[in-house]
Amino acid sequence: MPDRGARAGRAGEAAISIQGVEKSFGALRALKGVDLQVEQGEFFALLGPNGAGKTTLISLLAGLSRPDAGRLAILGHDTGSDYRAARRLVGIVPQELVFDPFFTVRETLRIQSGYFGIPPDRAWIDELLENLQLTDKADANMRSLSGGMKRRVLVAQALVHRPPVLVLDEPTAGVDVELRQTLWKFIRRLNGEGHTILLTTHYLEEAQALCNRVAMMKEGRIVALDTTRNLLAAHSHPSLSFGVAGDLPLPPALAARAQALPGGRHRLALGDFAEVEQVLAACRQAGLQVEDLEVGQADLEEVFVAIVSGAAQGRIPS
Amino acid sequence: MMLGFRTLLGKEVLRFWKVSFQTLLAPVVSTLLYLLVFAQVMSARSEVWPGVSYREFLVPGLAMMAMLQNAFANSSSSLIQSKVSGNLVFMLLAPLSPLEIFAAYALAAMARGMAVGLAVWLVTLFFFPHVPAHPLEVLLFGLLGTLLTGVLGMLAGIWAEKFDQMAAFQNFLIMPLTFLAGVFYSIRALPPFWQSVSRFNPFLYMIDGFRHGFFGYSDVAPLESLAIVAGSAIALSCSALVLLSRGWRLRH
Ligand SMILES: Nc1ncnc2c1ncn2[C@@H]1O[C@H](COP(=O)(O)OP(=O)(O)OP(=O)(O)O)[C@@H](O)[C@H]1O
Ligand SMILES: [Mg+2]
Repeated sequence: MPDRGARAGRAGEAAISIQGVEKSFGALRALKGVDLQVEQGEFFALLGPNGAGKTTLISLLAGLSRPDAGRLAILGHDTGSDYRAARRLVGIVPQELVFDPFFTVRETLRIQSGYFGIPPDRAWIDELLENLQLTDKADANMRSLSGGMKRRVLVAQALVHRPPVLVLDEPTAGVDVELRQTLWKFIRRLNGEGHTILLTTHYLEEAQALCNRVAMMKEGRIVALDTTRNLLAAHSHPSLSFGVAGDLPLPPALAARAQALPGGRHRLALGDFAEVEQVLAACRQAGLQVEDLEVGQADLEEVFVAIVSGAAQGRIPS
Repeated sequence: MMLGFRTLLGKEVLRFWKVSFQTLLAPVVSTLLYLLVFAQVMSARSEVWPGVSYREFLVPGLAMMAMLQNAFANSSSSLIQSKVSGNLVFMLLAPLSPLEIFAAYALAAMARGMAVGLAVWLVTLFFFPHVPAHPLEVLLFGLLGTLLTGVLGMLAGIWAEKFDQMAAFQNFLIMPLTFLAGVFYSIRALPPFWQSVSRFNPFLYMIDGFRHGFFGYSDVAPLESLAIVAGSAIALSCSALVLLSRGWRLRH
């Protein structure tokens, strides 16, 4: 992709900078002081349960609403005082499935391009349609598209002005598996070309596979912020699940740390993979025959549950 | 430069053009129905002004009424539909300035109003020839009037959050003001009290001035009408610009 936009930021300038941002809706404090910095070129996940404030934060970044306190900037451009530059530098995929029923897919993209002051670039629009598998729907009315197709049009609309920063609010909700993969392949490519990506999703395996850094939000605050690797290392462990022939009891040392699974199976959290051998040896010594062995990787879902439930403290670098 | 503005204007024009059956043809037909019914029922009426029959008197007023209502309908329905369906975000995400947004919605509303007016006038030519005495005056009042109600529609669209609020605005403000603006009668025919009340209705001046452009007769001095219409249009435009800059009811 001819990424004029991808290099628009000055070296060292944060792609997204959020400082002390607060936002209330009436008595409800949706954001209670959020600080967050996303560097250029990052693939960043903003995670959190329903109502945590992710969309509220994205609306502020997009200039769709205004903060009660604090400031937000895209590549150094304040979203309030320098809104024109800030909006040109960011593409937003909204969470709500919105569309204008008066127009076709291609018209929608041409119009969006024009809004940004960019003469519609047919080659780029065709490339977007191709990559999002919408080519055969280019001249279909928006109304006639399925939900997943409409969402892909939203992604294309966000990219039509080639923004260096792309913010996706649950872009894969309601998109089928195959298209989810093509979508991520495309977004990964954009990231490889230098685009900064911020995404929210409730599919944590997506975030784990794609993102180098993760912020977790809860009730209007960021409760964890670290690299995906550090979060996994700190809050999630490999695990071993297995059954025992004849459903015999585990040796006491193992039974104490085992968690019972359905079907008489057991699950043991491990410090590292080397422990697998120790567990198996202990079973052998007790004369047990281990069957149906499964080794589980650390996963972000476990981290998420630990942090969001309040059981663990996320590290928030100051 | 200004491509953002031109795109938004083009989109707003395309929006009514694509459904021109409802947005252009329907108002022309209903205006003609008014004309046929009223001209028939009131045919016994004497001339309103020397050489101006009631039927002739009716045409410019009805045309202007349709123009004003359609300019209002254009900006108000576009905004409320986009708000309710949520697709207003596409415009709000873009780096469009408040002035660009204002100008695009206002001009699209004027385009629809003027198109309806032109169509009504052309169709009535089939029934009887009537050519404006002062075409420039007709044009000026047409443009200012559709600007005024187009901006009023914008204000209503910015304010309203639901379709029924918009319907209330239309039924309790716009309709009474247009119907009581001397479309069907000259206000000289009213009792003095109602004449004075009518004087507070800005729609009166738009219709009266417009009609002066056709016949050279009016109830109010055309310059006075012009000043009132232009002044109101400017005041409403400034309010709309202020609201757009503040993002009132558009950006939380
Ligand atoms: N326009 C609004 N008016 C009133 N309350 C709002 C508004 N927008 C959001 N909220 C409230 O703010 C809180 C945060 O909502 P937000 O949409 O940001 O959550 P989220 O993290 O995006 O959740 P989800 O994962 O469900 O999308 C919620 O309690 C929500 O009810
Ligand atoms: Mg959300």
